[in-house]
Amino acid sequence: MSTTATARMIDLDPATIDLADIDVSQRELWAENKKWDFFTRLRNEAPIHYCPESEFGPYWSVTRYADIMEVENNWQMFSSDPAIVIQDPEEDFELPMFIAMDPPKHDEQRKTVQGVVAPMNLKNLEGTIRTRVQNILDSLPVGETFNWVDLVSIELTTQMLATLFDFPFEDRRKLTRWSDVATGGPETGIVETEEQRREELYECLTYFTRLWQERENQAGGNDLISMLAHGDSTRDMSPQEFLGNLVLLIVGGNDTTRNSITGGVLALNENPGEYAKLRNNPGVIPNMVSEIIRWVTPLAHMRRTATEDTELGGQQIKAGDKLVMWYVSGNRDERAIDRPNEFIIDRPRARQHLSFGFGIHRCMGNRLAEMQLRILWEEIQQRFHKVEVVGEPVRVPSNFVHGFTELPVRLHPI
Amino acid sequence: MAKITYIEHDGTEHEVEAGSGTTVMNAALDNLVPGIDADCGGECSCATCHVMVDENWMAKVGSPSETEESMLDLNPERQANSRLSCQIPVTDELNGLVVRLPEFQF
Repeated sequence: MSTTATARMIDLDPATIDLADIDVSQRELWAENKKWDFFTRLRNEAPIHYCPESEFGPYWSVTRYADIMEVENNWQMFSSDPAIVIQDPEEDFELPMFIAMDPPKHDEQRKTVQGVVAPMNLKNLEGTIRTRVQNILDSLPVGETFNWVDLVSIELTTQMLATLFDFPFEDRRKLTRWSDVATGGPETGIVETEEQRREELYECLTYFTRLWQERENQAGGNDLISMLAHGDSTRDMSPQEFLGNLVLLIVGGNDTTRNSITGGVLALNENPGEYAKLRNNPGVIPNMVSEIIRWVTPLAHMRRTATEDTELGGQQIKAGDKLVMWYVSGNRDERAIDRPNEFIIDRPRARQHLSFGFGIHRCMGNRLAEMQLRILWEEIQQRFHKVEVVGEPVRVPSNFVHGFTELPVRLHPI
Repeated sequence: MAKITYIEHDGTEHEVEAGSGTTVMNAALDNLVPGIDADCGGECSCATCHVMVDENWMAKVGSPSETEESMLDLNPERQANSRLSCQIPVTDELNGLVVRLPEFQF
């Protein structure tokens, strides 16, 4: 007898629970980091799995690497409209953004802004990023326990985002706040009420509208706001669509790299042999960066919606059904990745992971993310023998943002 | 068999003997030609095996499929002769093929 409606996964044994009762979307599984064995079970026994009831309504879980790739590659059948997260959009507060659109509009809007993170532009940013990383690392309190998330992960990604938006530098922590508010409602403790959440997002819109107005009559700006204000497919966006795309760019450039920065420190501490490899061979850093991004999988899933009745992995999918591609599971799929549950910084073919997604929605900031992580680790290795984790990490209670709010560390200088 | 020449952005040339049945992407990976990342492993899903086909070979190599076109279209450094090398099967016909590598994969 199915007990889905009331069953709390966290109390149940993933090895013996009735397959039909599994609901991997429950927040506690993510807050307590207890989701892994449920995903292993799904990959092995029900790779395309239907959960009839959850906080987010019924949904299919796609958990194997190859199946995720198949869904990614068929945007005609598996649409990104109306949302790319498991949670449905709020009917009275829609935030259109190009990641949650299909071609042709998706392509037009994406092309307007992607130049800012194109490799050609990144080459010019490398010096700026390195100086900022050096300043951040040189200001850390050696000999004290501090929260790595706050002083390094958030600070670095927020500074970077402020640069890309040409956002007033002294106000940059507003970006961090808006990123957190955009991905977390009252149930996560980020805000008290949904009304408060909307108020803060409108504050974000008001702030950025002022920047837009300042820049729409100035030619030549190559920051994201100027690009949106001058782009053919974006200059006439409604305020709600402007806000939606701002949220996309803020979250895309913030939560993701932030959690890879934190997760890398944790993974190296949990795998001292790998930390030793890094010390002996700094040349491994670019490869390690890809492995960290796989290991952390900073966005746990992306969601699609079936446009027609179809079959996937032998299961009948109906038009309108919600499919959740669990990147976090595909990145641990032994069918696609050798020894997937091991963190191996010199792993062959480390770039072949799902964390950036594939197909037309593939992460446009992937090269910037890799560059930030590479420079950070190059500079860490110049200064510290070890960034030691000295307490338990605190995880975000979200099945989408797969990351950390706290990681207590102590620095051991060279 | 086909001889393929890959020319890096800085002009460095790599000449490779590729067996029929492989792809221009895999021939590069198998012979350690730098500059092709191939993140998706040849599924036409990431566009990190981008090459520019020498003008003299454009007709023989042919044009991209609709799926490939949709990936190429999102590359800001895309040229008229751009192709994804995972979508170019190696045949005897392509003996002598010359492709150029971009400075960066996107």
